[in-house]
This record gives sequence, structure tokens and C-alpha cells, in this order.
Amino acid sequence: MKPARFDYARPATLAEALALLAQPEAAVLAGGQSLMPMMNLRVARPALLVDINRLPGLGEIRLAGGVLRIGALARHAEVLASPLVAQAAPLLPQALAQVAHAAIRNRGTLGGSLSLADPAAELPACMLALDATLVVASARGERRIPAGAFFHGLYSTALAADELLLAAELPAAAPGWRFAFLEVARRHGDFAMAGVALALGPNAARLALCGVEAGQRRQPAAEAALAAGDPAAAIAALASTDAMDGPDLPAAQRRHLAQVLLRRALAQLEAADAAA
Amino acid sequence: MLPPDEPTAGITCSVNGQDIRTQVPLRRSLVDWLRHDVGLTGSHVGCEHGVCGACHVRVDGQVVRGCLMLAVQADGARIETIEGAADPLTLALQDAFFRHAALQCGFCTPGMILQAAELLAANPTPSRAEVREALSGNYCRCTGYQPIVDAVMAVSADMPARQA
Amino acid sequence: MTHIGQPLPRAATLRLVAGRGSYMDDVSARGELHAAFLRSPYPHAGFRITGTAAASALPGVVAVLTEADLAPVCQPWQTRTGSAPGMVSPTQRALAKDEACYQGEPIAMVLALSRAVAEDAAELIEVEWQELPAITNLAAALDADAPPAHQGLTSNLAWTTEMKGGDIDAAFAAAALVVEDRLTFTRSTGVTLEPRGVLAQYNPASQALEVRISHQMPHQLQRHLADLLGVSLARVRVICPDVGGGFGLKMHVYPDEIATCAAARLLGRPVRFVADRAEALLSDIHAREHIVDARMAVDAGGRILGFDVQDVQGLGAYSIFPRSSTTEGVSALRSLGAPYRFSAYRGRLRSVLQNKVPTGQYRSVGHPVGIAVAERLVDLAAAARGEDPLEFRRRNLVAEAEMPWVNPLGARMAELSHQQCLAKLEALLDLPTLRAEIATLRAAGRCIGLGFASIVEFTATGPEGYGRAGVLVAAVDTVVLSLEPSGEVTARASISEIGQGTTQGLAQVVADAFGVAPDQVLMGSGDTATTPHGGGAWASRGAAIGGEAAWGAGRKLRAEVLAAAAALLQCAPETLDISDGRIIDASGPRMTLAELAETVTFRGYELPAGVQPQLTVAHHYRREQDTALTTNGFQASLVEIDADTGIITPLRHWVVGDCGRLLNPLLVEGQVRGGVVQGIGEALFEACRYDETGQFLSGTLADYLLPMAGEMPDITVAHVETPYSGSVLGAKGAGEAGTAGAPGAILNAVNDALAQHGAAVSELPVTPGAILRALGRLP
Repeated sequence: MKPARFDYARPATLAEALALLAQPEAAVLAGGQSLMPMMNLRVARPALLVDINRLPGLGEIRLAGGVLRIGALARHAEVLASPLVAQAAPLLPQALAQVAHAAIRNRGTLGGSLSLADPAAELPACMLALDATLVVASARGERRIPAGAFFHGLYSTALAADELLLAAELPAAAPGWRFAFLEVARRHGDFAMAGVALALGPNAARLALCGVEAGQRRQPAAEAALAAGDPAAAIAALASTDAMDGPDLPAAQRRHLAQVLLRRALAQLEAADAAA
Repeated sequence: MLPPDEPTAGITCSVNGQDIRTQVPLRRSLVDWLRHDVGLTGSHVGCEHGVCGACHVRVDGQVVRGCLMLAVQADGARIETIEGAADPLTLALQDAFFRHAALQCGFCTPGMILQAAELLAANPTPSRAEVREALSGNYCRCTGYQPIVDAVMAVSADMPARQA
Repeated sequence: MTHIGQPLPRAATLRLVAGRGSYMDDVSARGELHAAFLRSPYPHAGFRITGTAAASALPGVVAVLTEADLAPVCQPWQTRTGSAPGMVSPTQRALAKDEACYQGEPIAMVLALSRAVAEDAAELIEVEWQELPAITNLAAALDADAPPAHQGLTSNLAWTTEMKGGDIDAAFAAAALVVEDRLTFTRSTGVTLEPRGVLAQYNPASQALEVRISHQMPHQLQRHLADLLGVSLARVRVICPDVGGGFGLKMHVYPDEIATCAAARLLGRPVRFVADRAEALLSDIHAREHIVDARMAVDAGGRILGFDVQDVQGLGAYSIFPRSSTTEGVSALRSLGAPYRFSAYRGRLRSVLQNKVPTGQYRSVGHPVGIAVAERLVDLAAAARGEDPLEFRRRNLVAEAEMPWVNPLGARMAELSHQQCLAKLEALLDLPTLRAEIATLRAAGRCIGLGFASIVEFTATGPEGYGRAGVLVAAVDTVVLSLEPSGEVTARASISEIGQGTTQGLAQVVADAFGVAPDQVLMGSGDTATTPHGGGAWASRGAAIGGEAAWGAGRKLRAEVLAAAAALLQCAPETLDISDGRIIDASGPRMTLAELAETVTFRGYELPAGVQPQLTVAHHYRREQDTALTTNGFQASLVEIDADTGIITPLRHWVVGDCGRLLNPLLVEGQVRGGVVQGIGEALFEACRYDETGQFLSGTLADYLLPMAGEMPDITVAHVETPYSGSVLGAKGAGEAGTAGAPGAILNAVNDALAQHGAAVSELPVTPGAILRALGRLP
């Protein structure tokens, strides 16, 4: 189980990296925690690996002007432990505690997870629930894409082949907003059979799922019901999600789990409110 | 040995305190390189897809999956394997694993010990559940995990931070 | 005895915790080539290799080999056993010829300077495939219109047998209660953390083959390599170094391993093959694919009258060589209900060929299946009678006074301690308190279940087992001891070490038998060049069989040393003893073992005429009675089900076991706990799944779910010690009982929880989806 041949480049500057990404069949090597297994299994066979691990500043986490900016190269462990993140985006540590295992979190990056867009992954759902804006760049320039327009479905994003995700920008949690991330997995650290990322504000809500639908999107019907103060209707709305189907995990089971998790997420927030 | 057209790159790094400069095939994983080229066979290859944890090594002080990092990425890095890990926590864990029979075939043990050391360094007084959670990325097929948890708890109980 | 029975840590693990072990892949041979295999992507297909030029031309490739290339140096083989007369199992080859009968069957191999290049080249081999209808689904394999697993077969039924005794029809006619269920067991596999691997070297000048391999039975493999490759047995050396897990998986003859040895012979160069995880999951033996329909007859007093069982067992494409996969089915039927008194039994086994990798002996062979079925029926009967499941068991367990007990199947059980184990389990659980806690939790809406399993395991198989069947598997073992000039003892055992700690146990036995501390006994095993022919590691035999050989050798060496010392000291040997490394008499120490050994070794002239001390001795142990040694025990499992998500969490697990004399309780408890977790894995997580076209779906460790630390419970272990009276030490097998009982205990616990909701499950592993469907939460 050794990877097929590839070329390797380790650019020192962003401009150099973007120029390399313009080459055919180039792939970005960030944390490698998803790409390397696929390469070892020869499911992925990039011609050129562009190792962005030494690009300066790409892993920065900073909070300024009410916006939390997390660099694409920020490792899961760093985001999980960051006081800034805990303050401005408390949903993320809740989710990251359930992402894989310690050694994976030491290497895996935010940008890698978002760029891969695995339907079972936790972080894309969080970006949607947190109303993130994703900053991407290519040799042609930089653009900013709202999370809702970034994810295009199963392992598919708005990133062009030569584009690199630079950062996620998240509006810092506003007063009165509460957050819950819940998932069900067979074993601790496994990809979710279903997960919910919920941001609940005064007369407003943002809700995204993982492990349920093939694509990553918000759930407008459920959000509207939550905004209107009708949690039962919100839970009911998840019965019509476009859930993935399979022999081990049928669509009905995923939908059922999504409903259970939303109910539990709402109960958790209610209990926290009561305690506060 | 390599065929003449296998792409390689030069790297300079430190392995268990020894500075090394060498050529590595681009597609060789860090753990394969350590085992077959450097001759440090204490880190093991159990799955090559990042699930089992047998390949754990420390890179710049952090435990990583040696099968998911390329040797070429170790250029400039400080690498430690179980053979060279001489910090007091690792030594205490090795002794505790021996006394508690926290291993049988031993194939998972080096990776498990490095992971446990990282846990105790960050949290010297974990609960049993926290130990179990922290070691969930390391498979053991022999012990049923309980003696491993016992061994880690025993080291935790002996740590100065706990007595303080 | 001062060391036997002590919980001493295993000396060998000091190397392993330091990362200083020596596993198969930790050593290279100069000039070695790396092998990669081209394996069938189809479950069933005819094929023709049409081109190897592109693969051969790749820089770094040394050879591309097919069946025709290996044929001159490698014989085909076919599984035959007197235990399954008339069994149909087609001829198997190191590389398949014309027809591939399971996905993953090797059809060609590449030898190259690196594994990566060998894999590159394997992709370039041109093959014309002709897909054939495949049969993978066990339930459909015996249908009249099922495609044959091999072309030319008229049926997929490889073998069928009926195991019976007593009047089964009368038993069911007389029954006041009949309970029945169908239990389905999905294939699981051993997943040794170290995958299989082999480094083979052939010296054409001396016609000698040296094979370093991760394997449980060096001598068994030596014999088959000699036969298949046409090398004289004594010129085949098999070295099994530190083995990273065995569990039965590494006791078979695998085509890729034989092909690697054949290639080394053909090329005269060292060849290395290490299975990667994907090909390990695809090509290691699987196990325990069964559909069991079982009925149990019970009289009005709640006494079991008999069992009527139909077991359909999946073999895969071949019955595994050399032991035969049918052993698992026979063992399942034999272990079913074995703890209980009953008068009639009828068990029909149908072993079925399929287009899947062969199944084979895997830890606790068959027992987990038979025990889960019987224990489920017992719980159903207790529930139907409205009585406590332990009371039902207590009434039906064979009493100590009734032993030796020969059940209607002819299975002989002796020196078992069911009642003592049950009493100990009840005390351990503090049952009244536990039941009250469960009631409180249930009243609060929690879905909690407590389940039990009673176990008899057949361990430490003697010479009759495979010997009568004509299968060349040694059930005898030898220990050779040498007193070194330093006073240390070197020991070489035909028992092998695969991590279970047997050699530590044997060192403690030698220490006591001879008179030294265990750290003065240096154990060697796993090398045919340095150890006598013997069985290696299988059927939990290390302590029961290897222990006797170690004891006998220690006593022999003691007698030799005392005779030599007596000659030097001019006294009678009876006045001397060996203690803590010194030769003593009533007055105290007379000389050290080192002084004695130095005298004999370097200054032999000091000995009186006619004295010829034998400082190297061997003892060979052959058990003359009891085909297998029975062990017994109880397990209990407490689980919680999340009724909304279907997730099952094992909360606690208890084991009381009787494996005879404990040589080292620390090691026995390690075996029990590890075995239980493997059993829990089988019950809740592990499954080799296939899609409807026969494609394997569990090809990575992200798909094949192993138990991890986070989900596993703490396991309380207690012992009852009833020594086997037929041996000196009285040890029986301990390595597999944990696995034998855990699936049944978990299944019963899950069903106990579900019963509160009027639901039940009957398929292992129990998945969250199955729970939700059983509870009516999902269609």
C-alpha cells in the first residue's frame, strides 16, 4: 500500500504555491490526514503535491473587529485549544472534540477538512452554522465565498483546481446566541452517522447537518421553524432531508438520527439556559 | 535500493538527537523511512491509512501518525521515536506497561506509550474515561485496553504534579 | 513451588516497551526483493494473463511471475481431513490458474527493488477477465439455482454431517416447553495488528530454505514448505520472531506466503512480502459465518431435554489448509449446551463453499457461536417460564458429583466447577444490589440489560484430534534445557510465543522444577533450527502441554545436576537439593550452579570415572488421555442501549473462569480480558460485509470496526482453580475462554434490555440500525 509516484514541491511563499497549483493534477498537501490515506490506497493519484505546511502565517488564529479569522493551516488541536476560538466560536471546540483522535488532530487542518468536503465531516457543517466566509486565492487573485456557496455537494466545493483556501472568517458569537454540536458515531472519533451543528439566536437560527445529506447545506425549513419558536416543527422538517442511502446506514436511519440530535441539541441549550 | 528513475529529495533532520542528511524517495512515508532506512524499527506499520496508531512518532514534540507524513516533510524537523524517547514520562510509562502487563504482542505498544505520554504531559491527572478517550486512536488487539488504562493511571498517580 | 502461580510480569516485554522487539519486518536481507501481488478484483472470474511486458519493463522490476512460472518449484495442495470425510474442497495453488474464486485471490506476483515499484508494476499486468456468476450470500448458497463457487461443481455443499445422540424426537415430544430462534453470525476476522509477512531466502548450493515469518506454528509450516516446494524438511528453517498477534489467523497455509517462498527458491534471491492492511483484510482468513436454527426442549420442571440444531456454515472458496474450515462448525455444535445436562441432541452441519476468502480457525474456534445460541435459548426458556435466568441455569448445569459427564454427543467433561463458578459470579456481581440499581435506572427511563453466558471450552487438544484425521499438526511438545557455564539455564521450547506470555509461564515452571529464579531461565522458541518439532501456539495449549514438558525437563536437569554434584562432593544425591541457584544440603550451600557447570564444562578431569553429566536434557510430553481438556466459566455483561440512536454501550463485564492450575494469574487475566474484548467486538462492531455483487466492503480499518479503548468496559475477573488431575501441574487452556463467552453474554444483555420494550435481536454484530428496527423506531 504505497502511493503511486508524484512530484513534490514545498513553496516558501504564497505566490509560489499558487503558481504551482496552476500546474495540471496538482494537489495541496496540508495536514495530509485525509489525502495521505487516499494516496496510500492509490485512490488519489496527484501528479504534484504542493506542500503548504511551511507557508508563513497560514495557520494564524486572530480576532479583530468582531471577526474571527482562522488560517487554513491551523491544526485541529490548535483550534480546539484556542481561547479566541472558545470565546468567539464556541461551536468549534464542541465539534472538534469529536473529530478523529489526538494524533490526527495534531496534524489535520481546518483548510484541509473544508476543502475535502467529506459529507460526514464536522467542520463544514460548523462553517454553515457559523455563517463563515471562506477566503480563497489563486494566481488570478483572491475571492471571498460565503460558506453556503462554498460547498457544492459530495467532496465538491467552489474551489477551482488552482485555488487555495486561505482562511475562514467567522462573525464572533453575538450576545444571546447559543451553540450546540452533537453527533452519533459507532465509536469515539469515527465519522458521524449523523451530526447537527446548531446556532440559535434571538428569533433566528442556523442549522447544518453532517453525515446525513451528501451535500453540505443549511436546513432552511428547520431554521425558519426554530426562528418562529416552533422546535417540534423544526424537528419534523428534518424528516424530509435528502439523506444518503446505503445498506449499512439507510436514509431513514440518518433522518431519524438527525431528528434525535436536533431534539437533544435543543434540550441541551434549554438546560444550559435554565442553569444560567 | 531504488530504481534509477525513482524521484528523491535531500533532507536534513534530527532523529533521536542525531543530525542526519540524506536522500529520500518522495513517496516514502516517514515511518517506512525510519524503519527501513534509518533502522529504527520501534515504530510499526499497522494500517498505512491513519487508523491504528502503531506508527506514532514525535515530530517537533508532537505525536503524529508516521504513515500519514512523508519522509520528505521531515526536512528540518526534530524526530523522536520510541527508541530515543528518554523523557521521564515515557520511561515511567514503559516501566508501568511492563508491570501491569499492559501489552501482549507489543506491536501497538510504542505508539500507545507515546500517545499516553502526550496525554499526561498535557493533563497529569486524567480520569479513566479521559485516558480511554485519549488512547482511542490507538488500537490494541490483545489486552482489552484495561491494563493499559491501569498503567497510565499508575504513572499519573506517581507524578509530582499530583502530589503537589 | 515458589514461582508457579505468581503474577510475575513478563520478562520479554521489557524489550517490547522499549521498541526493541524483533518482528518479521524488522530485519532485512541483503539484496532482498519486494513482492506485490496482483489479486482478483472479482469474487469469481475466469482469467488469462495476456501481457507482462509492460510490468517487466518498469525500472526496478526483477521478475513478474504467474502460476506457470511457479509450477516447477511449487506443488498445488488440497485440504483433506479424516474429520470431514468426503469433503469437497478444490485444489488450491500459490497463484491461481485460469479461475479466481474469491476477491483477493492472488493471480500474479511482481518482484522489484521496492514495494512501491512492485505495486506500480502489478497495475501494469494485462489480464483478460471473464466475470463468472458469484455466490457470496450464505443463505442462498445452497439454493438449487445458486451459481457454483467453482466451475464444474454441481453443488456448493462441501460437507455435511449429523452429530447426534439420544432420542431427539422423544425429547421434543415430551417437552412442556420448546424455545427456538434463528441466530445469524456475520463473518469477522482476526486483524492481528502486525499483518502477515514473510522473508524467504533459498541457498541453491546447500538446497536450504530459510523463512522468517509472522506465524504461530513454525514446525507445521516447515513441513508444508518442505512438501510443497520439494525441499527436504531438515533443510527448511522457519523462524517466527516476535509475532504481533496471532489469534489463529497465523496458523494456516496462505497462497501469498507460499508464493513468496517459491519465488525465493526460483530466483535464489531473498524475497520479502508484507501484507498491507487492505490485502490483509481481503486475504487473511475470516471466521464465524453461520446461520443457526436451534430449538431446545424443556420439561415441566424446567429441565433441558435436548437440542435440535441446524447450522449452515460459510467456508469461503476453499476449506482452509491444512486444518479444514469445517472444524469451526463441528466445534460450534460440540460447544452448544455443553455446560448442561440433557439427554438428546441432534445437530446438522452444512458447510458451504462460497466466492469469499476462506474461513478458518480463529480464537475460540466455533465456541462463540455454539455458546451464544445455547445461552440465547436458555434465556428464552427462563423468560417463558417466568424465572430468573440464573436459576434456570443452576438447575441444568452438570453437577460436580455427576462428572465425568459424557453428553449425548459423546463429549466428555471432567473436573468442571459450574456451581462454584456460578456462586462466585453471584458474589462478584452483588446481584441483589445490582438488580436494584438496574430497576432504579429502568424506572428513570434508561434501557439497561444484564446478560449471562455459561461456558464449557474444549482446550489443549491432544494427539487424537488432528492425528486421527491424518492432518500433520503436532499436539506433542518438547522443552530442551541446558545449564550454561554461568549457572543460567537456557530453554528451548517447541511451544511458540505470540504475545500470550506462554514462555514466561514456562520459565516459572522450569524455575520451580529445577531450583533457580525465573530470571535465570532464558527462554527460546519459534525457530525450527533451535527447537525440537512440536505444536507451536494453538488451542490454548501452552500451559497444559508445554508446561508439562517444561516441568519434566526441569526435573531431568535437576537429577543430572544433583548426580554430578554428588559425585564431586562425594555424597549421596538424595542429600542434595537445588535452591535459588545453589546446590545445598542440610548444612547449607555447597556450591553454586555456576561452579558446578564450570567444573563439568572446563575441568571435566575433576569428575570421577564413569560420571557423564548431561547438562543438556530434553523432555517430550504426550498426553495419553483426554482428547481435549475441558474448562468452564461464567460471564456477565451489563449494557445500556440508547433507544433513540441504537448505540449500545457495554458498562461492565464480569468473568469467572476455571482453567485449572494458574501458572501466572497476571497473564491469564490478560488473556481473559483481551479475549472478552475480541468477543465484544464480534458482538457489537466487527463485520466482513459484501455487497450484493460479492464485492468486499470492509477493506480498510475505517470500514472494519475494531473495539477501541473508549467504548470498552472494565472487566472484573475471578478464578476457580480445579487442577487437571491427569497432569503434574494441572493447567488447562486459558487463552480463548474470554472470546468464547463474551458474544453470548452481550447478546443476552442486549436482549434483556430490549425485552423491556418487547423487542429482540438475533444477528451479530448487533448494529444500531438493528436496535432501532427492533424497537420500531425505524421501518
